[in-house]
Amino acid sequence: MTMQRARPSLPSDDKRWKIVNATMRRTGYAEHALIEALHSVQDAFGFLDEDAMIFVADSLDLPLSKVFGVATFYHLFMLKPQGRHSCVVCTGTACYIQGAGALIEGLEQRFGVNPGETTEDGALSVMTARCVGACGLAPAVVIDRQVSGKLDSNALNAKLEQEIAQ
Amino acid sequence: MNVDDLEELADKHREEYAAVKTEIRVCTAASCQSSGALPVLEALTTGCDASDHAGCCVKQVGCMGLCSAGPLVAIAAKDAPLDQAQIYRDVAATDAPEILTSAKTGTPMERLHCPTEMPFFARQQRIVLENSGIVDPNSFKGYVALGGYHAMVHALTEMTPAEVIAEVTTSGLRGRGGGGYPTGLKWSTVAKMPATQKYVICNADEGDPGAFMDRAILESDPHRVLEGMAMAAYAIGANKGFVYIRAEYPLAVERLKTAIRKAKRAGFIGHHICETEFNFDIEIRLGAGAFVCGEETALMASIEGGRGQPRPRPPYPAESGLWGHPTLINNVETYANIAPIVREGGDWFAGIGTERSKGTKVFALAGAICNTGLIEVPMGTPLRDIIEAIGGGIPGGKAFKAVQTGGPSGGCIPEAHLDIPVDYDSLKTLGTIMGSGGMIVMDETSSMVEVARFFMEFCMSESCGKCIPCRAGTAQMHGLLDRIVKGEAGRQDLALLEELCEVVQATSLCGLGQTAPNPVLSTLRYFRAEYEQRLLEQAA
Amino acid sequence: MPLPTPQSSVRVVTMKVDGLDLSAREDETIIEVCRENQIPIPSLCYLDGLSILGGCRLCLVELEGQSRLFAACSTRVAEGMRVVTNSERLQHYRRTIVELLFAERNHVCSVCVSNGHCELQNLAQGCGVNHVRMPYRYPHYEVDSSHEMFRVDHTRCVLCSRCVRVCDEIEGAHTWDIMGRGSDCQVITDLARPWGDSSTCTSCGKCVQVCPTGALVKQGTSAGEMVKDQSFLPILARRRHQR
Repeated sequence: MTMQRARPSLPSDDKRWKIVNATMRRTGYAEHALIEALHSVQDAFGFLDEDAMIFVADSLDLPLSKVFGVATFYHLFMLKPQGRHSCVVCTGTACYIQGAGALIEGLEQRFGVNPGETTEDGALSVMTARCVGACGLAPAVVIDRQVSGKLDSNALNAKLEQEIAQ
Repeated sequence: MNVDDLEELADKHREEYAAVKTEIRVCTAASCQSSGALPVLEALTTGCDASDHAGCCVKQVGCMGLCSAGPLVAIAAKDAPLDQAQIYRDVAATDAPEILTSAKTGTPMERLHCPTEMPFFARQQRIVLENSGIVDPNSFKGYVALGGYHAMVHALTEMTPAEVIAEVTTSGLRGRGGGGYPTGLKWSTVAKMPATQKYVICNADEGDPGAFMDRAILESDPHRVLEGMAMAAYAIGANKGFVYIRAEYPLAVERLKTAIRKAKRAGFIGHHICETEFNFDIEIRLGAGAFVCGEETALMASIEGGRGQPRPRPPYPAESGLWGHPTLINNVETYANIAPIVREGGDWFAGIGTERSKGTKVFALAGAICNTGLIEVPMGTPLRDIIEAIGGGIPGGKAFKAVQTGGPSGGCIPEAHLDIPVDYDSLKTLGTIMGSGGMIVMDETSSMVEVARFFMEFCMSESCGKCIPCRAGTAQMHGLLDRIVKGEAGRQDLALLEELCEVVQATSLCGLGQTAPNPVLSTLRYFRAEYEQRLLEQAA
Repeated sequence: MPLPTPQSSVRVVTMKVDGLDLSAREDETIIEVCRENQIPIPSLCYLDGLSILGGCRLCLVELEGQSRLFAACSTRVAEGMRVVTNSERLQHYRRTIVELLFAERNHVCSVCVSNGHCELQNLAQGCGVNHVRMPYRYPHYEVDSSHEMFRVDHTRCVLCSRCVRVCDEIEGAHTWDIMGRGSDCQVITDLARPWGDSSTCTSCGKCVQVCPTGALVKQGTSAGEMVKDQSFLPILARRRHQR
């Protein structure tokens, strides 16, 4: 009976799989490397698709359903492709008190997307975060990983239009 | 590496900077970065040339506290404390030449002046944040030159593990993550376990919305946390540590990684630390956006690579934790207190604060308050002082309504109770908790029923789904609160809400569920009229 | 003549449950002791032969001298322990928890294949729940009939995770797991694909037998026909453990 499973070959010759594989190799393909591996997939590809989850599951010798269960438990993991730009509205307490709700409504009116959605042209993904820790600048938004603070709805929309146009 | 080697290292660093008389410190913590600190840093660095500005050097530092006035730049004599610095607020890159001139000539510029004699700076007592805003968070040598790692070397070479625990016990330090469990007792419990494999974990999964103390500590002075963890590991007999940190804090992760790398290179993490038999390795584990992972058993499940769901306790982590081994879990701020306690002695620490809450506490001030940012005050400081003096009161001439402490597990404190001293026990009597240190101030425009709904929505979407009362109960309570907010609920709905509060509190599996009703119970206790006003009978 | 050596080092303790004096091995949990002595304690996620979950919170009991409640399934007995299993307060909590469960999904007994053989129904009757005071949430779920032998109806799932545990711990396939969190949790097979397409399922049917409600059932059963048998579980668990 074979107790050792052969490592799967990389899904394609896309160089990014090597980065993912290296993350898992560093931890000796241990079971507890699952979340780190999913992080590296998301960093490399922007989201987790089925091929990636199957590759990670096979590499770490984990059940598929476990990998899917973990991937859907954590909010940061995306199972759909994301837009070219991302806008994360902080909905922590301070930002809520200072009007994060109005920002979300404004985004919906201007771009027609609710949190968790991506515009049809793939330009913008809108998300919410629980607290980005920039409460001194409430309401805070993170545009393409850059934190901006103290914006009102018009300023935010204008800023995003500018980003998208570039 | 022994005490002499460490002194040598510190001296070498001082020699390197012997020519420097004046530091131009630029805060590059996340908050100031998002207000535009990096262009300021760049402008100052390019503008500060050695010939023209002899004795001046531009230095990246961590959080100075007053985030709402960022980007902050401070001009100070070398290694001088924050309150002896000349602080400039709301600095833009175009202000660089003026700032450089002021540094050179020593004449303060009025335009951007931020007075350090204001209560925000003067009323603080900085122990955890003693290096924040002074040390370069990316500089290992800079930390050592300020006395860093001296406590660890002393502990490893001059003290037994039992003596280290005794100091921590004497200090009266209690868990800064919000639980308030006596740290010394926790350490000695894990130390007494006869296992060969033990772990220490630093809980940096700062999930309370409105709290950013741990982020600031890790971004400003990361080595301090590593030093505390190493001493904890030595005291309990662990050889491996994990820092579980939120992925939402990329800058803190980056600085922590740098700190670990440099500490390893210097031999402060690794094998035979300080030429002793003590081995200790630290790894970072990233969270992925789950508030419940701040609960210790869920956090361990997450480090093990699974869904972050809590499990019943006992067994407590001290007995059976990570992969079944005895595990010590403390929060960032708890570890950040260890070096000063070992350095100055437990008695010194126990002399600060109140009878049952020792030392200082870092708070994050946010919401409807003039000076938002990070402060550190002795335990027992009256709440009114924090909000009115240090926080500068409510902006826009509006009236104070409540201050929320303890995040989704805490409650709201009304005007009538503002004179209480802030410590673990006083806050409990008011139906709230110290929590990790987030303080969100609300003015008269905030509706307390909507605030309660906000927190219930938070708990509902952060519930892990394992236990029924929390999974289904928070959803039902949120529905009831939503109907109350919209004016669609009657008296029986309010009664049902109160009943569900009791059931969810008493029967949930973990702290998240057990405390989820707290914001509702607390707002009902102090602002019941706001609920009543929205009931159907009233509206009719 | 030497004294006989004791067989093991497990001690026996004496305790009181609802005023009754009982003895128990110290490695037993409260719920095991109560089941041995025919003291009824309601439970949903606990099943002899599976690992302990501690999620349903129906088996909570009061321990004398402790203010908080303890789950009987995950609390070991101790010498001198005094347990109360059926106080007024506990009854009230259990009723509320069962109500919360009913309102969470879509439990309509009259049309269910498990009607009359359902653990949730029995619980409701045992706890005295005759109506639900909270609004039903009626979430929308598809029924998955893709498997040739079995069917999964998520609207009747109580998320007790018995299927997940039996598939992992006894069958060893780990076809089942749980996705999402909070109220959005859902049991899944493999990558949340139709059960019939599963590459790991062995069609052994253990998950169907241990499911307490009509969520996992045999194909072709109609209202009230689905009877489940869990007697295999402790036997299998014991034998596999011995190996």
